[in-house]
Amino acid sequence: MSASNSAKVNPSVSDYSDDIAQKQYKGYLRKEKLSTAIGRIIVGIIILGLWEGLSGRLFNEFWLSKPSAIIKRIYELAVSGDLWFHVSFTLQEALIGLAIGMVIGTLAGILLALSGKIDKWLSPYIMALYSLPRVALAPLFVVWFGIGMTSKIIMVIAMVVFVALYNAYEGIKNMDHDLIDMMKTYKAGKMKVLTWVILPSITVWILNSLRLNIGMALIGAVIAELVGSNQGLGYYITYSSSLLDITGVFTGLVLIMIIAVILEQFIIQLEKRLLKHR
Amino acid sequence: MSENLKLKLSDLSVRYSTKGQSTLAVSKVNLTVKNGEFVSVVGPSGCGKSTLLKVVSGLLKPSEGQALLDGKEIKDVPESIGMVFQNDALLPWKSVFDNVRLPLAIANKSTQEQEERAKDLIQMVGLEGFEQFYPKQLSGGMRKRVALARAFAHDPSLYLMDEPFGPLDAQTRVTIGEEFIKMWERVGKSVLFITHDIEEAIALSDRVVVMSGRPGTIKAEFKVPLERPRPFYDIRFDSRFKEIQREIWESLADIHKESEVSR
Repeated sequence: MSASNSAKVNPSVSDYSDDIAQKQYKGYLRKEKLSTAIGRIIVGIIILGLWEGLSGRLFNEFWLSKPSAIIKRIYELAVSGDLWFHVSFTLQEALIGLAIGMVIGTLAGILLALSGKIDKWLSPYIMALYSLPRVALAPLFVVWFGIGMTSKIIMVIAMVVFVALYNAYEGIKNMDHDLIDMMKTYKAGKMKVLTWVILPSITVWILNSLRLNIGMALIGAVIAELVGSNQGLGYYITYSSSLLDITGVFTGLVLIMIIAVILEQFIIQLEKRLLKHR
Repeated sequence: MSENLKLKLSDLSVRYSTKGQSTLAVSKVNLTVKNGEFVSVVGPSGCGKSTLLKVVSGLLKPSEGQALLDGKEIKDVPESIGMVFQNDALLPWKSVFDNVRLPLAIANKSTQEQEERAKDLIQMVGLEGFEQFYPKQLSGGMRKRVALARAFAHDPSLYLMDEPFGPLDAQTRVTIGEEFIKMWERVGKSVLFITHDIEEAIALSDRVVVMSGRPGTIKAEFKVPLERPRPFYDIRFDSRFKEIQREIWESLADIHKESEVSR
């Protein structure tokens, strides 16, 4: 029994029929991708079509604008150069704030989760800060840091830092403790444990917080701009609404959504690279 | 005599405290492993077998008694031990190759040495061609081979094995056990092996120690009078094997009876 069965247990690299199965599976995956893409396009067309068709019939175009007007506006803004002027400002604030907030939040989360006592001392205060409506802080940040980009970046950091912190913290708490014991039995130093075990363990949590934080970062940037700015999509939205230019307001909103969707695609690509072991 | 001892546990007691409760996991255990000796500990689950390994690997402090490795008291994680965990403890985000070279990377060996050693060991456990696979893509038996290759890469003088073949199915268990005993007979290092499988314990060991549970104490010790190298599977049909197997079963049955009475 042992001899004949051990041959079966022994691993063998793919044979011919396995190759065919692999190809079929790849074909199946390609079809899945295609059907997802088509489904998304259809949903988009239905929503935009209803909006376009009902605008001016079911409701007054003045209040909700319509897709064709928004597309036209985006085109005009692009031609005049205003599009990039506003988009780049908001994008810079969001991305710089996101990067700083993610690093600070993730590191704080790791340190806190590994700190033992200090974690218990600080946790109620962190929760207190987290529950602050940070929107209400926006005017304060403008007063403290001026009307320029700094106040907006600070606002973005305030929006994203807690999600990053709590995700990293939970990631550490959910880590497989056997892996840490294993590293200890090989006498691994702190840096080795960090790079071989801790960071890879919480990668999935960091990516998750990054994904949630794209939206938070854009919201933070736009809110800060609404409060006081002379540039950016938030500024463009307030400026348009003060002129009762509803198409302008919706153009700003649509641009924010487009940015969020594009940024999420980057995260999806990043996930594919970092989580290919799953 | 004493310099011939790899490991010596004397009157060892360990207390655990979890969720506000303190329990005595192991009580007054005396156990030795000689250089190059293969010792198995069998017993019912929850009898503190794994606790012993944690003490020897320096992950847990004994509350009473002494644990001596090479005559020196175990305070921190010792250099010369290698642990093989029940669940393999492979890094899921690292390839087979990287998992095997982990102990060498931790020891700051040169990249070239890491690559050569890892390649040799992967070949030794029969996983050539799977170097770039991730643990998720492997079967339970293959993951176990990776865990063994990693332990061999560390090359400890005392292997601590915590039910390493526990999660495998019966056939794979026999195959892996057979391969492991062959590899071990070549390196000839000391092993402290924890299992609840009596046949496996006899087939592998020079000595089998029987533990009873709650708190864990040593009930009996059996020398295995079977010569090496042994055929890991066929040895089970040897009359001496049967004899010792019966004795161990009886001693475990006694433990069972006692625990019934005390309840």
